[in-house]
Amino acid sequence: MSLIETKQITKIYKLGEIELTAISDVSIKVEKGEFVAIMGPSGSGKTTFMNIIGCLDKPTNGKYLLDGIDVETLNRDELAELRNKKIGFVFQNFNLLPRTTALENVELPMLYNRTPAKERKTKALNALKMLGLEGKEKYYPNQLSGGQQQRIAIARALVNGAPILLADEPTGNLDTKTSTEIMEIFTRLNEESGITIFLVTHEPDIANYSKRIIRFLDGRIISDERRSNG
Amino acid sequence: MVDINSTLKISLRALKVNKMRSILTMLGIIIGVGAVITMVAIGSGASERISEQISSIGSNLLIILPGATTSGGVRLGAGTQSTLTLDDAEAIQKECPSVSDVAPVLNGITQVVYGNQNWSTTVVGTTPSMLNVRDWNLSSGKPFTEQDVKSATKVCLLGQTVVDNLFGDLDTTNQIIRIKKIPFTVIGVLERKGQSPVGQDQDDTIYVPITTAQKKLFGTHIPGMVRNIMVKANSIEDLQKAEEQITALLKQRHHISQKQENDFTIRNLTQMMEAQEQSSRVMTLLLGAIASVSLIVGGIGIMNIMLVSVTERTREIGVRMAVGAKMWDIRLQFLIESITLSLIGGIIGIIIGISTSKLLSYFVGLPVIISIYSIFIAFAFSGLVGIFFGFYPAYKASLLNPIDALRYE
Repeated sequence: MSLIETKQITKIYKLGEIELTAISDVSIKVEKGEFVAIMGPSGSGKTTFMNIIGCLDKPTNGKYLLDGIDVETLNRDELAELRNKKIGFVFQNFNLLPRTTALENVELPMLYNRTPAKERKTKALNALKMLGLEGKEKYYPNQLSGGQQQRIAIARALVNGAPILLADEPTGNLDTKTSTEIMEIFTRLNEESGITIFLVTHEPDIANYSKRIIRFLDGRIISDERRSNG
Repeated sequence: MVDINSTLKISLRALKVNKMRSILTMLGIIIGVGAVITMVAIGSGASERISEQISSIGSNLLIILPGATTSGGVRLGAGTQSTLTLDDAEAIQKECPSVSDVAPVLNGITQVVYGNQNWSTTVVGTTPSMLNVRDWNLSSGKPFTEQDVKSATKVCLLGQTVVDNLFGDLDTTNQIIRIKKIPFTVIGVLERKGQSPVGQDQDDTIYVPITTAQKKLFGTHIPGMVRNIMVKANSIEDLQKAEEQITALLKQRHHISQKQENDFTIRNLTQMMEAQEQSSRVMTLLLGAIASVSLIVGGIGIMNIMLVSVTERTREIGVRMAVGAKMWDIRLQFLIESITLSLIGGIIGIIIGISTSKLLSYFVGLPVIISIYSIFIAFAFSGLVGIFFGFYPAYKASLLNPIDALRYE
């Protein structure tokens, strides 16, 4: 059983009278421990695809199995629970809560699976430490650099032990040096912790960190190549 | 279960971020709760004053007045005829089962003298049961007895106002005062009773045995005549029955046929006063209801601000949903925020309501009664306002689509 399997999924948005096909007939299989980059120009459907993989959206047609679970059958709250357990998100603009300390930002996912306060703190501190943010736990996002903020976001994505990390242009707002740092973190997480990573990017340099590149164009997969060297 | 502690922390922080806005929003609730408490305090103060006055004239009272005289075709007012006698009073006491006490009254305003002081007051000739009828106790001394009435002794009980004017701080025991130049021994002093419902000073009076009043002070056209008879019924439910029994008895005693007009009138003081109390209670309710409107307006203010807050924090909601917040997590977050707003507003409102009531009673002299009940209701009501007006914004937030919310600018 694959960790992620989509069977001919299609997503159609309705804007009034107009129907817009964002993706059509997308079928992929991703095994545990893969590092996948999704590439394509804007409007090619890669973000829609990521939203579906991230259980933020449901396909109009087709089947999506996440760890063997048919996402189609789940309601809003069950989807939320699934996201909480299985998926960590990293966004281009970090999406940290303002006026909330680094520690509390990292604790956030554990707030929603009723982890006891003490355990929450220990786990969050560990996650921050793992990402080299020791001593920054009391800082607010706006007191930290972009790289540090993105690392908080990664800590938040991983703190619940999610096996899948979805990163949507994670280096889009960062300079080259920081981007490299972040990508090295991803590589490390993938190789050492066996975390499955989906990375949406339009930069070939960034995509080169991955082991498999899937290219989208006009809502369809046009290529799916595996690379031997990570 | 939802982690209330953390949710509360999140909500409090959100309120702290927009301090000015939170305070202004609370102001609606503060004014609403404050107004409810003040209005209800004033209203119940007024009705309490009325019911105090009612109990000061005595409870379950009936007053029997003689009928009107007709002189040459001109009818005079009730009480101008002298048709009631001591015997009537005794008969009522004996034959009306719903009556507990009867006190005949023969009174008049006259000058009283003690030493070099003098004072004009109402002298009331009556029987010992008067004290029961009026629910009146002595502050010192002892009452006069049936024996005093039988032998028409010259003893008297003084009201506080009379004591103040004739004696000042001096001891009244066994002193002799002169009523219409006749010496009376003071055997007791009545407790202070205050104003009557119509504003009369009830303490400005002297009680003497009725026979003494008849024979020595006022004289009578017919033997045993009294001016009126005060009757106390067994209970408030018995008032009606007592009235019927007395009417029947007096008709028979005065030989009045069914067709003839009665030569007496019975007044039901308690009923009159109760109508007045009732109307003041309605007034209290009305005041409270008007004040509640401002509480509802305050609630709408909360709803307004919560809707703004949800819109402002759309991105935050999206992030929370992405990391696993369920619908109720989001709802609770905003509900707790609105409930916190309204409850803090409620508490401040209670403090302001109480202070305003106290200030009013202190400076304006309004009688106010702050009831725990009204405080509790106002507090609970403000909490409900928070839930009621917070629910729609919270519900709306929980229905946001996480994708749209995450991309909201």
